[in-house]
Amino acid sequence: MTDLFIFASATAELAETVLPLGITEGGAWLLRNAWIIPLIPALSFVGILFFGKRMPRQGAELGVAAIGIAFVLAVLTGAAWMDHRDNYQGDEVTQAVIVADHGEAADHDEGHAPEHPSLAVSNTVTWFQVGGMTISVGVLVDGLAVMMLFVVTLVSLLVHVYSTDYVSGDRRYTHYFAFLSLFSASMLTLVISENTLQLLVAWELVGVCSFALIGHWWEEKPNSDAALKAFLTNRVGDMGLLVGITVLFFSVGSALPDAFGSFSIATTNTLANSGLLSHTALLVSATCLMAAVMSKSGQFFLHTWLPDAMAGPTPVSALIHAATMVVAGVFMIARLYGVFFEGFSIGGSSINLMAVVGGLTTLVGASLAFVQRDIKKVLAYSTISQLGYMVLALGVGAWTAAVFHLFTHAFFKACLFLGSGSVAHAVHSFDMKSDMGGMRKAMPQTYRTFVIGSIALAGLPPLAGFWSKDEILAGTGGWGLFGGTGGNGAYTGMLIMGMVTAALTAAYMTRVIYLTFFGDFRGHGELHESGPRMVVPLWILAGLAMVAGLFNLPSGFQLVPESMQERFGHYVEPAAAYFPGISHASPSWSLAIFSTLVVMAGAGSAYWYYFVKVDAAAQASGQSLTELSNGPTSRWPLAKMGHNLLENKYYLDHLYTGIIAGGTKGPLARAVYRFNQQVIDRTVDKVGETAVVSGQFVYDKIDQLLVDGAVNTSGRLASEAGGELRKIQSGKVQSYAAILFAAATVLAGILIVIV
Amino acid sequence: MFLNQFLLLSVALFAIGVYGVLARRNGVMVLMSIELILNAVNINLVSFAAFTENIAGEVFALFVVAVAAAEVGVGLAMILLLYRNRRNIDLTEIDLMKG
Repeated sequence: MTDLFIFASATAELAETVLPLGITEGGAWLLRNAWIIPLIPALSFVGILFFGKRMPRQGAELGVAAIGIAFVLAVLTGAAWMDHRDNYQGDEVTQAVIVADHGEAADHDEGHAPEHPSLAVSNTVTWFQVGGMTISVGVLVDGLAVMMLFVVTLVSLLVHVYSTDYVSGDRRYTHYFAFLSLFSASMLTLVISENTLQLLVAWELVGVCSFALIGHWWEEKPNSDAALKAFLTNRVGDMGLLVGITVLFFSVGSALPDAFGSFSIATTNTLANSGLLSHTALLVSATCLMAAVMSKSGQFFLHTWLPDAMAGPTPVSALIHAATMVVAGVFMIARLYGVFFEGFSIGGSSINLMAVVGGLTTLVGASLAFVQRDIKKVLAYSTISQLGYMVLALGVGAWTAAVFHLFTHAFFKACLFLGSGSVAHAVHSFDMKSDMGGMRKAMPQTYRTFVIGSIALAGLPPLAGFWSKDEILAGTGGWGLFGGTGGNGAYTGMLIMGMVTAALTAAYMTRVIYLTFFGDFRGHGELHESGPRMVVPLWILAGLAMVAGLFNLPSGFQLVPESMQERFGHYVEPAAAYFPGISHASPSWSLAIFSTLVVMAGAGSAYWYYFVKVDAAAQASGQSLTELSNGPTSRWPLAKMGHNLLENKYYLDHLYTGIIAGGTKGPLARAVYRFNQQVIDRTVDKVGETAVVSGQFVYDKIDQLLVDGAVNTSGRLASEAGGELRKIQSGKVQSYAAILFAAATVLAGILIVIV
Repeated sequence: MFLNQFLLLSVALFAIGVYGVLARRNGVMVLMSIELILNAVNINLVSFAAFTENIAGEVFALFVVAVAAAEVGVGLAMILLLYRNRRNIDLTEIDLMKG
């Protein structure tokens, strides 16, 4: 640990080399000024808060307009980036960082620069200066940031439009749109952050907005509890973020000869890639940052807040799950990938913390999604599972696959959430077992988009989820057992977890579709299709869920022209020195076919259970059923136990609230109370008493006697001397002259005596 | 010639002048006594100048004569004003400046 905090002076004597960051300050105007995009919704937040209530549509139009403009700007920025990426000549001034050369580290990264000719665009201004150190704030625009800008603004725009219908008539309608705007602004700030400090600020803002929106209907206690749970669970992870950022800050300082430290993401990553940061520091910070990812992105075992967060309005859930809150953690890993890649030694190994956390999360999320009654909770666990996929992909070095999955997942998960909202809008409930069923006839548009989203989520070709999920599975390199596909290591365990999850995902989505849309209607009331403001966003998202996968068709399949292959990776993967030199897995026909078969097996077994067996039982009994009365859980005790385990969410909530919180709060509270009474209060009392006594003493003795006495005496003396002296003032010139002469005589006498 | 004799004359004149200033009630007499004091000083100045062969003392004596003339002019004017206002120039009666 000693080499963790070596400061600049220790290394200043070593030879200095210049390391290119691969960042330009030039580039198109929109790329340099991408900060305008988050600024617009931020202004709209203020505008809605102050003027929203007086507007004809209570501020909603301002929110929609702001995010609409931001979306247009994001699209233009994307076009500018593509142009920049393809035509950049590399002749402008690039940013470089001077580092102390640690000798043997230099050969660590030979030949990295030619691989990465293109440059990200950065534009910074000074935020504040403290102790001779300048902290800047600004934008770092590269493919990742541009892609996120597009996804966030698009999903947010559709959620805004959808919300105008979904929450119409709500008592805090204006407040809702204000926070929706701030939520978007925070996330947009996060994705263009140039340094980790700015990232931290945006990260916390996203957390605050999620708190406000999850607890939107706080009058009911479960909702405010859910908001609190989300907020507090995220605080746990934020500790990790703070520590991780701090460790990175100082370890960068030890590598730069004339800096105390640096928050700059590009500098940190470049130094990490070139092996100039101590591996211990990188491992510590990567582990701490993982804690932040686990809380923010709902990774096992800090995922428990995410299903509870369904208490918020459904469009908010869509926004949280598709584009903002929970992808922030994945984005942070992708952004600081140099740190994670080196810290966890992702290249060339077969297991590491991030891959294990991701793999476990996929399984936990997918298995828990099975037993939920609440349609939104199924989707929430599904998100946990898919986020696990992304973290798993990052953990095995399949960066592009992870980010691509984030991209495709945003569309089909937003589509599914908005679809569930549309269903709930009709039946006023989220309970699939008691209030839904047979809704495909009444809500054909919602039904079709929901099925499209489900197929995309399950990962059947050629919809979006298939391409990204398959890239992740290929990226594990685990298929190397059966013939070799390359990649950064042989993560066979992660491949198996991914396969199992794929089967589970297909199965639980089949279950949701059966329970919601098939059988007979079990709820009450008149069913109706939702209005155009809800259906149109659904169709846009369903369309994207169909085609989004085509942005990154794999290379080497000889089915599509080369110009259409791996476009996403080409434009999004940073081609600059701050990105580690990862190796890309080549796709494999056998893996793609096998994973498709696995998915179909999962979907098929759920289809056989629900659509064949349950449906037949329902026909026989003449009522709508949701499960078999003599199913496996009633026949086999082992299945019953497993079901109980899932019903209780692996007892994690019991662990947290019962054992950890309950075990500490009783004894701890008593101990603290005693400490408070015995030590603190007594000390305070004693201090107070002493203060009173000493105050009295000071008043009596010092103030009254000494100070006041001195003042009074001097006053009295002056008055008495004046009284005496006034007798001399007779007004008689001659007596004055006599005094004058007497004084002169005395002075003369003194003079004579002295001289 | 001894310096002593001049100094003794000067002391005599000074003592008479001081006595006059302190004891006389007539303002004009007091002014005249002040002249005596000044002349005593002048004698000192001139005799020391001659004794030390330094002209500065004589120059100062001339200054003193000039200043004394001006002073007497102002003093007489004040006494005239007093007389006009109070028909009296007895200094013991004038105590307007009593504190």
